[in-house]
Amino acid sequence: MMILFLITAFVAIAASILAITRTNAVHALLNLIVSFIAIAIILFLLGAPFIAALEVVVYAGAIMVLFIFVIMMLNVGAETEEKKSKWLSPKIWIGPAILSLVLFLELTYVVLSESEILLQSSQITPKEVGISLFTQYILGIELVAIMLMAGIIGAYHISRVKRKVKHRFLKEE
Amino acid sequence: MSETWQIILIIYGILFGILTIAAALIYVERRLLALWQDRLGPNRVGPFGLLQVVADVIKIFFKEDWIPKFADKKIFILAPGIIMVTILLSFAIIPFAPGIFISELNIGLLFFLGMSSLGAYSIVLGGWASNNKYALLGAIRGAAQMVSYEVFMGLSLMGVVMMTGSLNMVDIVEAQQHVWFVIPQFIGFVIFMIAGLAESHRIPFDIPESESELVAGFHSEYSGMKFGMFFVGEYMGITLISAMITTLFFGGWLGPDFLPPFMWFIIKTFAFIAFIILLRASLPRPRYDQLMGYGWKILLPLALLNLIITGAIVLAIG
Repeated sequence: MMILFLITAFVAIAASILAITRTNAVHALLNLIVSFIAIAIILFLLGAPFIAALEVVVYAGAIMVLFIFVIMMLNVGAETEEKKSKWLSPKIWIGPAILSLVLFLELTYVVLSESEILLQSSQITPKEVGISLFTQYILGIELVAIMLMAGIIGAYHISRVKRKVKHRFLKEE
Repeated sequence: MSETWQIILIIYGILFGILTIAAALIYVERRLLALWQDRLGPNRVGPFGLLQVVADVIKIFFKEDWIPKFADKKIFILAPGIIMVTILLSFAIIPFAPGIFISELNIGLLFFLGMSSLGAYSIVLGGWASNNKYALLGAIRGAAQMVSYEVFMGLSLMGVVMMTGSLNMVDIVEAQQHVWFVIPQFIGFVIFMIAGLAESHRIPFDIPESESELVAGFHSEYSGMKFGMFFVGEYMGITLISAMITTLFFGGWLGPDFLPPFMWFIIKTFAFIAFIILLRASLPRPRYDQLMGYGWKILLPLALLNLIITGAIVLAIG
């Protein structure tokens, strides 16, 4: 189990780094998808198969397809790639990198201070996830539902343009 | 040790079986289409034209495997592989008969949904990497279609999950001892069938390819074995959807005793494959906006209604 975890963790980190450094947007997104799948496998190894499956269905499957969908429509060419390669200058990434280093040191401290690493302590079944979501965390679910509803109404409002012409050949002069 | 060998035997048996069926379906489809359209179909190569598939495979292997200069080479090569991998992985959770399955996963159904949603990348990336406007249009259509039909593909199955109380495929089959889920979950079955057809982008939902307007849609630029992978992937998709319908709604391997359970599974699956081919022989292709409107305005509310009513009944009885 431990060796599987280490391999997957390495893939996740490598894919995430590639996702940041690629200048081609679709290549970057593909690496991000790989990183999501790796995280799903880590969740599976940790004994949470339900969340692992949702990670693949929702994040890797649905949301990333929409991202790629939008990028395909934008038709980004070579000149945007050049522009993006300039964005990755040290001036820009040094600040976040220092903050990440602090987090990394904290993480190392936590991992080292823990005497044993718990891998797959117990399986969490879909039923348990459902029960805890709809009893303990019901308020969170309701808030998310309200937010999504607002999002849907907003999207509907934005896309509701009053049609001036029925068809491009039937334009009224 | 013998148990390990048994597992390996099952895995390779299923892999070999699926690939053979997918290849044979090319011949079966052409003959069945010909039958329904009052033609003869391929009948020249071998007895009844049975060796037509072999001839096709030899031809496709020796064709020039050309990658366009303007294509994004890496992704262009990756795309046909994705559809093969995701569909073959989906077969891992299907129980063919008692004891004949690769994995009894406790999230089996979700695994299937996850793999089918990853399968969408095959079309999207294939079309994008071709760097061709027809392929790109096909890919955009494919992305929109698969994302929207996935939504209620999952929802339509939740009725079955609620009645079983499990996402495990073996449990789902065993819960159908007394009555097949097609009877209490008829709406769920119809919606899953439609969504499944859309996921495997078959006629009437083949608008990502629609050869009358987009050349060949997302695989316009593909040739040789890469095209072959898309082509066989489509037939594997049909087999997968038929096998899923059999497992979820028609009792899987269950049936009267005079035939072994495995045969029942095969017979039921082939009935659905034949039905899907019949649909291709008889239905026209809808317009793109009709397809999306139909999905979001009719099928999604129906799936939600089915979910609510099933939930209420299960709650009242249980």
